[in-house]
Amino acid sequence: MSKIHVSTEINGDQVEFLCETDETLLDVLRDQLGLTGAKEGCGTGDCGACSVTVDGRLVCSCLVLGAEVEGSAVTTIEGMADGDALHPLQRHLLEGAALQCGICTPGVLVAAKALLDKNPDPSEEELRYWLAGNLCRCTGYDKIIRSVMTAAAEMRGEKS
Amino acid sequence: MRYVGVNSFADAVDLMGSEQGKCMILAGGTDVLVQLKLGLVEPDLLINIKAIPGVKEISVSSTEYRIGVAVSGAELGEDAGLKAEWPGIVEAMELIGSTQVQGRATLVGNLCNASPAADAVPALVSAAARVEILGPLGRRKINVKDVTIAPGKTSLAKDEIITAVCLPRQQKNSGDAYLRFIPRTEMDIAVASAAVNLILAQDGSVQSARVSLGAVAPTVLLVDDAAKALVGSKLDDAALEQLSMACSAACSPIDDRRGTIDFRTKTAGVLACRAAKIAFQRAGGSL
Amino acid sequence: MNVKRKFKVLGTRPVRPDGVEKVTGKALFGADTYATGMLHARILRSPHAHARIVSIDTSAAEALAGVKAVITSADFGEVDSEMTRDTMHNCMANGVALYDGHAVAAVAAISKSVAAAALKLIKVEYETLPHVTDVDAAMQPDAPVLHANRQHRSVVAGTPGNVVYYCDFGHGDVDAGFAAADKVIERTFKTAATHQGYIEPHACLANVGSDGKADLWCSTQGHYNVRLICAEIMGMDESQLRVTASEIGGGFGGKTTVFIEPVALALSRKAGKPVKLVMSRDEVFRASGPTMSASMDIKIGMNADGKITAGHAKLRYQGGAFPYQMVMMGAMSAFATYDLEHVRAEGWDVMTNRPKMISYRAPGAPMAVYAVESVIGELAAEFDLDPIDVRILNASREGTKSSYGPTFKAIGLVESLEAAKAHPHYSAPLGANQGRGVSCGFWFNFGGQVSVSMAINADGTVNLIEGNPDIGGSRASISMMAAEELGIPYEKIKTIIGDTASVGFSDVTDGSRVTFAVGIATINAAKAAKAEMCKRAAKTWGIDVDAVEWIDGAVHPTGHNAGEFPPLSLAEIAANSGRTGGPIAGHHEGAPDKAGVSFGVHLVDTEVDPETGFTTVKRYTVFQDVGKAIHPSYVEGQMQGGAVQGIGWALNEEYIYGEDGRLQNAGFLDYRIPVASDLPMIDTVIIEVPNPGHPFGVRGCGETAIVPPLAAVGAAVCAAAGVRLFELPMSPPKIMAAIDAKK
Repeated sequence: MSKIHVSTEINGDQVEFLCETDETLLDVLRDQLGLTGAKEGCGTGDCGACSVTVDGRLVCSCLVLGAEVEGSAVTTIEGMADGDALHPLQRHLLEGAALQCGICTPGVLVAAKALLDKNPDPSEEELRYWLAGNLCRCTGYDKIIRSVMTAAAEMRGEKS
Repeated sequence: MRYVGVNSFADAVDLMGSEQGKCMILAGGTDVLVQLKLGLVEPDLLINIKAIPGVKEISVSSTEYRIGVAVSGAELGEDAGLKAEWPGIVEAMELIGSTQVQGRATLVGNLCNASPAADAVPALVSAAARVEILGPLGRRKINVKDVTIAPGKTSLAKDEIITAVCLPRQQKNSGDAYLRFIPRTEMDIAVASAAVNLILAQDGSVQSARVSLGAVAPTVLLVDDAAKALVGSKLDDAALEQLSMACSAACSPIDDRRGTIDFRTKTAGVLACRAAKIAFQRAGGSL
Repeated sequence: MNVKRKFKVLGTRPVRPDGVEKVTGKALFGADTYATGMLHARILRSPHAHARIVSIDTSAAEALAGVKAVITSADFGEVDSEMTRDTMHNCMANGVALYDGHAVAAVAAISKSVAAAALKLIKVEYETLPHVTDVDAAMQPDAPVLHANRQHRSVVAGTPGNVVYYCDFGHGDVDAGFAAADKVIERTFKTAATHQGYIEPHACLANVGSDGKADLWCSTQGHYNVRLICAEIMGMDESQLRVTASEIGGGFGGKTTVFIEPVALALSRKAGKPVKLVMSRDEVFRASGPTMSASMDIKIGMNADGKITAGHAKLRYQGGAFPYQMVMMGAMSAFATYDLEHVRAEGWDVMTNRPKMISYRAPGAPMAVYAVESVIGELAAEFDLDPIDVRILNASREGTKSSYGPTFKAIGLVESLEAAKAHPHYSAPLGANQGRGVSCGFWFNFGGQVSVSMAINADGTVNLIEGNPDIGGSRASISMMAAEELGIPYEKIKTIIGDTASVGFSDVTDGSRVTFAVGIATINAAKAAKAEMCKRAAKTWGIDVDAVEWIDGAVHPTGHNAGEFPPLSLAEIAANSGRTGGPIAGHHEGAPDKAGVSFGVHLVDTEVDPETGFTTVKRYTVFQDVGKAIHPSYVEGQMQGGAVQGIGWALNEEYIYGEDGRLQNAGFLDYRIPVASDLPMIDTVIIEVPNPGHPFGVRGCGETAIVPPLAAVGAAVCAAAGVRLFELPMSPPKIMAAIDAKK
């Protein structure tokens, strides 16, 4: 079976890769492009650990074929910080002890950023429903929710 | 598995017709990729229809909304006009999966997966939605109700494909609503569900109604007796009691890991009453 | 110990040392490494609950282009220890598939797709056997027995063969106690098996060289234990197998053994190439983890004033396809929260055709405590007594002879109960269809073997190597204790988790032991380094080492030399170490055993929809004695995470088996762990009654928090719905059935 050639943009960089027809975007990112920040927790879209955005839309990269992102723009956790400067969400999750094992953290961050890009001032309930597809087994979500709310307030320019 | 992206529905129909092996369509992909991952399906050919012109569009005329087959749940929810006119359908679609899944999942995918628990389908059935189908012999339109014929099975021929969902314009003094029961607040498949679409008469009573139920039979049910229970009423307790009983009477569910026969049967009635109240208020009725 | 000691670092909330990697996606977890020439492996699993493997034909798979190795149980040798043999046979079925999902063969190939294709070419002929998955059914005389002659000597002769262990704890005369009670309630409870539910599936990368040396990278709670088991299975010297623990994406006890590592090593040895093996989520549910399910009879007598006169628990646990001994933890925990004159707890461990159980956070305790606390709540209601008052009246205190034998030293149960009673949550008004529940919980905590090595660098910084994977921020707490003891800033310490070749043996990260045990080793290593630095300063000053003293990060001259020399700081001594005798280091190896038990109290409000049985958790507060919170944020995190796992156990999580003995919900879709929108904030109140067995007063805190939620949520749901339930999970169909039955 011949592979499919795909040209796409990942975190602002032009990237080309060859993938098998049934290879997911998650497999391509991890196995071919060295971007292992997106994790496979389930492979069936139930855990959110593989969250990325494709053309600005939050998706599970395990539910996207590599072949589908031809001509698209993909962003992953690796593209979130600006050089050494952490994104406010990254900084607040870290300072708020919102990660214990850290496996869900990249997906949570990508998903939370997608929300704040769309709605800079979500209510706690909106945030909880938005993140319902990002499973975390360690924290009980408390510190994740608090940290994202604090980051959102800072990003809106409010004093904490 | 071979993978082909097509630029027209006609090309898709040709490919499906000439394919000797098993063929699947990739629209949102949120069911197909899961089935591939779990080894539940092994298609020989996967056809991506997302590049066909118009499939990501929602258009509206004086008589209907036409929703493209690759419009995602998130995109559906961002269409303010549609959401105002058919809030039940939009909410039903938005209940499917996570935010991430919403970025991909489509109405037609939910329909063609042919699950009895598909969230969008009861709402579409209550709305009397139709789908447009292209096949080698040309176009035809059928009711959404007639697409699924058994769990996992549709009435479409091997070389037919749905090209759009056609939704009538909602009438004056009308409203729709969809509710489902899941054990958590999110990320589950409906254990039972109900959609109600109704039109009110001048006096504020129900003039006509369509009530449909999900996850309580092999396919989504359109329950005429439930509609009759509502017609003429202002959703008084007696009418709701009638509605609940008619819904429960129509159920023929299974026991499985998600719910029991007894639970599904009773819950369908409860949900129908609650959905009816929401639809009634959306139609301008006061309880 | 000076409990009034003022700490500079302990109790603050610095950023964890491994944090930036984890928020930027750079941290390397089990599946995140790749080796040159690496193969991808897959495991073929039994679709049957119980079946004799008549034959396995791997020839077609071996002939497929790109397949480099295929293995079955025939590729594993004999091992001496029964425990390791069971582990090996759990990793690869030996003649009989014992549960749905049991591994029967494995392949390694040049790509994932070739490996997947190869699996389909393996032909296994099965002869299905009768199966049993329910604990009570498995204890019947006619039940199919999984392994003959594997009953522990504790089991009474004539007991059906699946019962592999029996225990009996307690003191006094329970019959006399029941006779003296104003009221005796006896109830039978059932709880489902639950899975640890870590988000990271098991993953490893094995590389066996032609010279017999091997490297293994894996996600584990204890890489020394992995080495121990794998070296025995592979017939290797431990020194030849270097195991590196990756960052670990959750474990909760579920990564304290091996499931795939021996398979990857055997494939690598056969193929002569590195082999990566990663479980799918479906495999995680079918073939790793879960904890026990339980069937329990609880009988408790109480007087009208709330005094418990006697308690008797009979616990029957189902732990899957191999012999095990875990019910003892339940029997010991069941009544540990109470000071009882007459108490008895018996336990039976039972085999069934389910995956072999492994620890899950306070293994064995949550279900036993759920059953006991539910009856105590019912009795309190019977006498119209405040449920917290009843618990305070009967609570274990310092000096209580525990139900399982030892006498408690300083403990904080009464303090936790009093804090709960005084908290605004306890007196907040409840709305319609809402109910409040309270429960106590207990866990032993553990010390165990530990090694720490610490190097004082010439620039005044410190490298610390320990051997316990950091599962929830322990690098931070260990660095903080080192900083406190050395009197230098937290930022000067760099703590890493060494591989098995770079630091001495350390027990598994379990038993809530890391901050306690690694903490003690760290403090002792720092003390050793300080002693050396005192010598160096004395040498520099030309005075006797007895004439110097370590105060606040510097060596000071004392006695008649006091004030004669300016103190030398750690940094100054370190800078000069090359001229005073060479590098300065400290290390400690030991087995601290005074871990200090921990108690918690949980308060929860729920609302139950009377028409659907849907339960909403409205408010939740955790009170727990942690001895001393080193990093309070991570302590709170343990309390919150444990509470939410317990909420899941109480409401929705369960292993569901069909009549065919196959698991019906092997995925996150239908194995329903709580999601963010299911929950309120989880408030925490840290109680600090110092553990006399730790220099800083630390008690383990990780596990206790999963023990109280089952009964607390149970009581809240029962109060909200106006019914009594005796089975977990309290899923909506069960709640509705109870409501309907009452009508």
